[in-house]
Amino acid sequence: MLQSCIPQEIFTPEDFTEQQQLIGKTAEEFAVNEIDPNIPKMESKDFSVSRELIRKAADLGLCAVEVPEAYGGLEMDKISASIIAERIAKYAGFATTWGAHSGIGLLPIVYFGNEAQKRKYLPKLISGEVIGAYALSEASSGSDALNCRARAQLSPDGKHYLLNGEKMWITNAGFAGLFTVFAKVGGERFTAFLVERNSPGLSIGPEEHKMGIRGSSTCPLLLNDCKVPAENVLGEIGKGHIIAFNILNIGRFKLGAMCVGGAKEALRNSVQYAKERKAFGTVIAAFGLVREKLARMAASIYTSESMVYRTVGLMDAALFAVDRAGSQTSIEVRKAIEEYAIECSIVKVWASEMLDYVVDESVQIYGGYGFVEEYPAERVYRDARINRIFEGTNEINRLIIAGFLLKRAANGELPLSTAIKKFMDEVLGPLPLQENTSSFAGEIQYIANTKRIGLFVAGVASQKYMQAIQEEQEVMAAIADIVMEIYAMESATLRAQKMSSKLSGAAAANSLDMARLCLAHGMEKIENSARKILSAASEDDALRTNLAILRRLTKVEPFNLIAISRQIAARVLERGQYAPN
Amino acid sequence: MKILVCMKQVPQKDAPLKLNAGGTWIREDVSYEVNEPDAYALEEALRQKEKNGGEVIVITAGPGRAQQVLREALAKGADRAIHLEDDAFVGFDALNMARALAAVIKAEPFDLIFTGLQSDDYGYAQTGVILAELLGIPHATIVMQIESSGDGIRVKRELEAGYFQFVEMPLPAVLTIQSGINKLRYATLLGIKQAKNKPLRKITLAELQSAVPAGAAGNLQKIERLYVPQKTKNTEFIQGTPAEAARTIVEKLRNEVRVI
Ligand SMILES: Cc1cc2nc3c(=O)[nH]c(=O)nc-3n(C[C@H](O)[C@H](O)[C@H](O)COP(=O)(O)OP(=O)(O)OC[C@H]3O[C@@H](n4cnc5c(N)ncnc54)[C@H](O)[C@@H]3O)c2cc1C
Ligand SMILES: Cc1cc2nc3c(=O)[nH]c(=O)nc-3n(C[C@H](O)[C@H](O)[C@H](O)COP(=O)(O)OP(=O)(O)OC[C@H]3O[C@@H](n4cnc5c(N)ncnc54)[C@H](O)[C@@H]3O)c2cc1C
Repeated sequence: MLQSCIPQEIFTPEDFTEQQQLIGKTAEEFAVNEIDPNIPKMESKDFSVSRELIRKAADLGLCAVEVPEAYGGLEMDKISASIIAERIAKYAGFATTWGAHSGIGLLPIVYFGNEAQKRKYLPKLISGEVIGAYALSEASSGSDALNCRARAQLSPDGKHYLLNGEKMWITNAGFAGLFTVFAKVGGERFTAFLVERNSPGLSIGPEEHKMGIRGSSTCPLLLNDCKVPAENVLGEIGKGHIIAFNILNIGRFKLGAMCVGGAKEALRNSVQYAKERKAFGTVIAAFGLVREKLARMAASIYTSESMVYRTVGLMDAALFAVDRAGSQTSIEVRKAIEEYAIECSIVKVWASEMLDYVVDESVQIYGGYGFVEEYPAERVYRDARINRIFEGTNEINRLIIAGFLLKRAANGELPLSTAIKKFMDEVLGPLPLQENTSSFAGEIQYIANTKRIGLFVAGVASQKYMQAIQEEQEVMAAIADIVMEIYAMESATLRAQKMSSKLSGAAAANSLDMARLCLAHGMEKIENSARKILSAASEDDALRTNLAILRRLTKVEPFNLIAISRQIAARVLERGQYAPN
Repeated sequence: MKILVCMKQVPQKDAPLKLNAGGTWIREDVSYEVNEPDAYALEEALRQKEKNGGEVIVITAGPGRAQQVLREALAKGADRAIHLEDDAFVGFDALNMARALAAVIKAEPFDLIFTGLQSDDYGYAQTGVILAELLGIPHATIVMQIESSGDGIRVKRELEAGYFQFVEMPLPAVLTIQSGINKLRYATLLGIKQAKNKPLRKITLAELQSAVPAGAAGNLQKIERLYVPQKTKNTEFIQGTPAEAARTIVEKLRNEVRVI
């Protein structure tokens, strides 16, 4: 947001290495051959199938990607982890099971476990012999997880803790063998514990009846004087919040990748249906309004895909710099990942909302058939919805995005206020002309202007609210929306630029078309959010001046969106599915 | 047992194809995959190795992109790979290709050489057969099963109409392998990781100069023109008495449409 970025700096799916492509192929084949045929069984809650599939996935190494080699893991990059998540997400029910197991299930041990805990549990988790789960939420505290009621009390002989309380919404609880459970020691010190399924005093409640992801297990966990050995404290007593927040931060980029995978599947089905369904004497794929939907679905998939891989590319670059042999490795790895917490939240929110949009349009394309269970659109529509709720609701994530940004600016990590001041100084003069004369000058202008809008409204809002801005949630969320759109627009455009240097003709034009669609819609959203902030944070003459400045910044060359959409749709229909080129 | 598997990278089966400017072949900008029968040939070789021990080596001829086929084979368990690397190989006919492969094989003998039954792009079904001829060793085509038998092997070949043939043959030999004869394994992530460190030898077209001196120009077979079949409809009314009409129909079904 503070500087411009060049295409060579970002990682894109076109940069996948030979190895990453092969990993994608294995995951894709696993999804097609093993997961797909078993969907009906898993939907009807035959979890023996899910259990078996986790073991098969583990045989291929799909549960060991982020685990260090020292414990039998593969220690691969986050790009590979995302590629796998995207492919497995063809079916959300199993993707949730797998994601909870190999993500929030075993990563707490990877990042926070001591040597003995890692040796004891990691090999069994990555082989799929034991399934992992993560028990943070409770009936009365979800977003507000630190405010949990579960309690832990050390036994008089100091050998074990007794846990009491109830956890709710625990993915994989129906068959998991190991739970990371959060409870307060002595009613105050928030702490994580590794709790084995057969611990005395632990029982699992009945399955929830869910709107979607019915192919995953979700149950409450009842802790009734549950006896946990003292050595099963994970991390430090009273430092459970570090684990709780980091594990969710770490997982979010993968949720984004899964949303991309789910959306691709929904688009593939929609395209196929549109090519077969006839109305008014022709296939509905011939209609402009249907094509417009397909185009926008494809462009938003392209955009979130660009955001996901740009983000994991950044994370991998940071992780690569970490000295793997050092004793502090897992702490440094965690820190490197934390550095990108804002991007991870952006990816989570943007991709989950993208997925909801795509599955909604998919139902629409199916018409009445979109509303019945015999066709795939209906389940996918229900399955998508959870992504805006778990791994931090999208509201909480919006607050994280704006909050982190302002916090980093306040403690000097980001030169935000300097940038704001510079912008304010020059804003009343003529806007600096973009020197860029490349073929992407128009697109670059969009991004440069939206970054100025971002600085402008952040400046106006912080002048008005000062420190109290954290209390103005609507303003914070609007700032987050602007930041997210900038990241989306820039990621989509940089990728198109990068592709244009490698591809030619229709292949290069397609990504540029999709980037332009993203730019146009992004600019609209940013303008709305900016107007909302300015109208709240300024009044009378100041407001009028501010809105005039905003108008200048939103004045960009418009694209012919109808023509662009038709071209994108033609490409999607020709390919039968989403294709970036 | 030392087995060489010849593998080719071909355009993906469901990729939309476009003709090149000259109308002689398809454009390069499509997605590629392993030729299907070759994947089964590799699987069969790996199974033979698991049963009898030995070594599996994979070879491909093609542009840089074709290396992906070799990496995948290495990830699945092949021990090493040879890449005849040049864009020109894409235009080689079966004879030229067999000459290039034979040149490599003459320098390093193998007990068994597998090819796929045919390639999904050109569909010649000739490369393996010509290769055997050039090497002066026996071959069997459309092979479905391989067992060792004395010093040699016994193979099951697929004939038409549900018939099979069993053939005993000495080693070394060339076998062209049928699709679907076994269950393909996945490349595990560990295998993929290890594949990076397995040997992959590159051989340039120049090094094969004496075998294929003229490159693709040495082809005996030439594609004049490639085109998308025109869809046409043609309705014909058959005249005559019912008996005559029936006779005409039967004749047409037998000789023109050839379905009975
Ligand atoms: C299918 C499923 C699987 C799950 N799996 C797991 C699991 O494996 N482990 C686990 O620990 N949990 C799991 N959860 C729980 C999940 O993480 C929580 O549901 C989620 O964090 C939201 O918490 P809540 O349901 O208590 O909603 P609440 O926190 O009560 O939120 C209700 C609404 O209020 C908003 N809100 C809350 N606080 C604020 C605020 N400060 N400012 C603005 N808005 C706010 C929220 O955004 C939301 O819109 C799962 C949930 C589901 C449905
Ligand atoms: C729960 C339910 C209850 C129903 N109840 C009744 C009932 O009581 N009585 C009854 O008669 N019907 C009923 N229907 C049928 C309902 O009216 C149809 O489903 C609806 O009219 C859409 O038709 P379709 O499903 O054939 O979709 P299609 O017509 O096939 O449409 C598929 C997609 O193509 C688009 N499309 C179609 N034609 C064009 C065009 N010319 N230009 C641009 N886009 C186009 C559509 O907008 C849609 O997005 C019911 C349906 C449901 C699901």
